[in-house]
Amino acid sequence: MNMLIESPLDPRDAVLDEICPAGEAWMGTVRKGQTFRIVDLEGNQAVDTLFYNAHDAEERYSATDTIRRQGRLYLTTGSRLISSEGNVMLTITADTCGRHDTLGGACAAESNTVRYALDKRPMHSCRDNFMHALNACGCAHHLGMSKRDITSNINFFMNVPVTPEGRLSFEDGISAPGKYVEMRAEMDVVVLISNCPQLNNPCNAYNPTPIRLLVWDPV
Amino acid sequence: MTSHADMSRPESILWEELVPGGNHWSGLMRRGTALRLTDLQGGANLSALFYNFDERLERYNMADTLKAQHTALLTRGHVLMSDMGRVLASIVADDVGGHDAFCGVSDAALIREKYGERPFGVARNAMYRNGRDGLLIELGKWGLGKRDLVPGVNFFSRVIVGEEGELSFATGHSYPGATVDLRFDMNVLVVLSAAPHPLDPKPEYAPGPVLLTAYRAGLAAADDYCRTFRPENARAFINTERYFAE
Repeated sequence: MNMLIESPLDPRDAVLDEICPAGEAWMGTVRKGQTFRIVDLEGNQAVDTLFYNAHDAEERYSATDTIRRQGRLYLTTGSRLISSEGNVMLTITADTCGRHDTLGGACAAESNTVRYALDKRPMHSCRDNFMHALNACGCAHHLGMSKRDITSNINFFMNVPVTPEGRLSFEDGISAPGKYVEMRAEMDVVVLISNCPQLNNPCNAYNPTPIRLLVWDPV
Repeated sequence: MTSHADMSRPESILWEELVPGGNHWSGLMRRGTALRLTDLQGGANLSALFYNFDERLERYNMADTLKAQHTALLTRGHVLMSDMGRVLASIVADDVGGHDAFCGVSDAALIREKYGERPFGVARNAMYRNGRDGLLIELGKWGLGKRDLVPGVNFFSRVIVGEEGELSFATGHSYPGATVDLRFDMNVLVVLSAAPHPLDPKPEYAPGPVLLTAYRAGLAAADDYCRTFRPENARAFINTERYFAE
């Protein structure tokens, strides 16, 4: 595993090409057949990501169904991202990083108090980003989404190894500047991203940085 | 692995109920009570979800539970944390040492592909049931549904992670009479399914029954094993006690 697969797609042909600044949220729609790429511009940046059926947000990315269907904990090229209804939402078609996490979830003000110190509560977090995006983005309003819909996410470019004994740790990223992951949408999906603002662990190398998001139409 | 001192006093038992293999159950466990899960025949799987009974938007959070305790397997000393940084329940005793926290549950398609079909019309109450539908039936009884179906814990089942993340099911992990004790540190809606673990390679559909024994446990003391197990746990208990402060 961990085969590094490059993409033949040219950014000049992309129909969407946006920067999500460090620590910010991003929300958008990717249509069936389109290809979505996330670029870790400066390296070691965790990108907390959730996917929803764009027509019925009750169907959403399921970390556990994805893990048990592929019989493997980490995501890379060939991984099929499975929905809560057992459907394939997206397929990872290229990956120059090699391993992505779907166990570590998102940081939140409340979990920061537990993991680091009670006085860390005011620090910016992924769940705050998710909550803000659900309030601010029209596509979320249309789907009637709320905290109830924030489920267990993917952390692209994040390295959370688990040992055979069951030990789990957040390790320094295996990503690097310019590494990317690319996936083909198998249904119309809404993408909800928090470009992780965590400063208390090595998931962002203690320095959150911007990411680039691209979408291509089917060739 | 730990004494079951509370159980030596029969007056502490509140009630007992059997969850037949494949079946599902839900109920309220109040703060300070405990639930002993007994794998009666060995090889049972009990998928479990936990919600704050008083505010059901607060629920068990797999990721927060695992990363705060630096583990992918749950056992004695670990606590089950909510998405709000509080302790829903504590694993105060554990005979089998390690429960799966990331494989989710079987669904109708998996059960059909693996074991074939055995509907009610053929098998009556020995019909094949799957974890997802069982959990959704129970969630529905409390006004919850698909949006609330989050990753839970699979008690009595262990899954081993290899070097490249490949998963293997640990056959024979649990044994007849093995128990796990959960103390509830909040008022918790518990939702259970005893359907087969999704990665159990056993070719026949034969999920084991689980006995539920509720008893009075009291609140976590200052020197409680789960509270002092990790500094993260101590902080989660502080958050929990602030929530109940009056």
